Amino acid sequence: MASEADYVVRFSRTERALHWIHASSFLALLASGLVLYVPSLSERVARRPLVKDVHVYTAIAWIVLLALVVAVGDRRGLRGTLRELDLFDEDDRLWLRRVPRPQGRFNAGQKLNAALTASFAVLFSVSGFLLWLGERDTRFRFASTIVLHDGLMYASLALLLGHLYLAVLYPATRHSLRGMTVGTVRRDWALRHHAKWLEEDA
Amino acid sequence: MPLDAPRETPSDLRPYGRRSFLGVTAVGLSSLLWARPVWRSLSGIARPVENALPAGLVPSGGWRIYTVAATMPRFDPKTWRLRIDGLVERPVTLTYHDLLGLPRAEQVSDFHCVTGWTVRHVHWGGVRFRDLLAQARPLDGARVLSFVSAERPYVDTLTIEQAELPDAMLAYEMDGKPLRREHGAPVRVVIPDMYGYKNVKWVERIVVGRSAGAGYWEIQGYDVNAWVGRSNGL
Repeated sequence: MASEADYVVRFSRTERALHWIHASSFLALLASGLVLYVPSLSERVARRPLVKDVHVYTAIAWIVLLALVVAVGDRRGLRGTLRELDLFDEDDRLWLRRVPRPQGRFNAGQKLNAALTASFAVLFSVSGFLLWLGERDTRFRFASTIVLHDGLMYASLALLLGHLYLAVLYPATRHSLRGMTVGTVRRDWALRHHAKWLEEDA
Repeated sequence: MPLDAPRETPSDLRPYGRRSFLGVTAVGLSSLLWARPVWRSLSGIARPVENALPAGLVPSGGWRIYTVAATMPRFDPKTWRLRIDGLVERPVTLTYHDLLGLPRAEQVSDFHCVTGWTVRHVHWGGVRFRDLLAQARPLDGARVLSFVSAERPYVDTLTIEQAELPDAMLAYEMDGKPLRREHGAPVRVVIPDMYGYKNVKWVERIVVGRSAGAGYWEIQGYDVNAWVGRSNGL
């Protein structure tokens, strides 16, 4: 058995709460959205008005819960996390070109994933709100809104599948799931994958 | 993004995270202006991929199935009836068999939904309204048809003049097959010059009248005369 000292804290409670709220909301929105979108599911489930309500209220709950966690959580820590995700150094740039370089708490791929996920969240919210509003007020109906909303679904589904593969299946990286569940990861694993993070922390 | 101003930032640090976020968000928002034309020009490329997938997995041929009630009406040819009444000389009740016996019309037309999607070159088979109405013979002063759907409480209207446009019909076939359940089996209105919500599915009664009540979506502010490209803010 590894002792306490062999583990390091990778994700705070605030970070984990945000991650899992986002993840579970995304899955609920995907499921209800697919029922609205995929013809064979639409036919089987029917109850479109109900499924629509589930979709819309899940979206509202998602945004409210995220805001709530930011409001009561460790905001200072989050500001630091944002800064880490924002900044790319020379090692990150080389790493993206597949040159093996030591990485910080987030590797360059994870930073890009975070930026894309945040963009998609904004775009999903805006296009979803416009779909809702356009049904009520024709001045807000744009022919491209639905194309954007659907396109985002395909793009984010691809991103999610890649994310799940690395977090759950791929042997070298799947230990990181522990960081997002209990918060800690093995020190020797962190040294191999996120060497600069341990240096900075030391 | 409320980021702290970087303090003692080493010179090789670049805010690529922020730039990716802002760049992708900006491109995404701008796509509200160009996504549909671009998607249309690409759909020719996507078609073979779509066709290779199992039917019903993606909106096939671009159809999306919109309903308003808890369940979709189920069609039983033995019990189904189409009632035409109101301001007519002779109210009639047609069976599915009666309907198929009326003069048959065919057409290929595009279907436009008010939410922004379009299905091109749909092959419809059905009955022209002129032939259908001849069964009941509307009286003088009759101007409007109300189409009552088996999917309660969906209803919508057309003027007789609109219904008698050369490419409007009550369709019972789509792309060479009997109309499928999700497309309104056994009969739906087809009027290609108007958005889909005027193309009532699961029609079971046509009431002929002098003036029109508001249809399901029209109560919620949609245009009564839903001409494609000239209504509903589009």
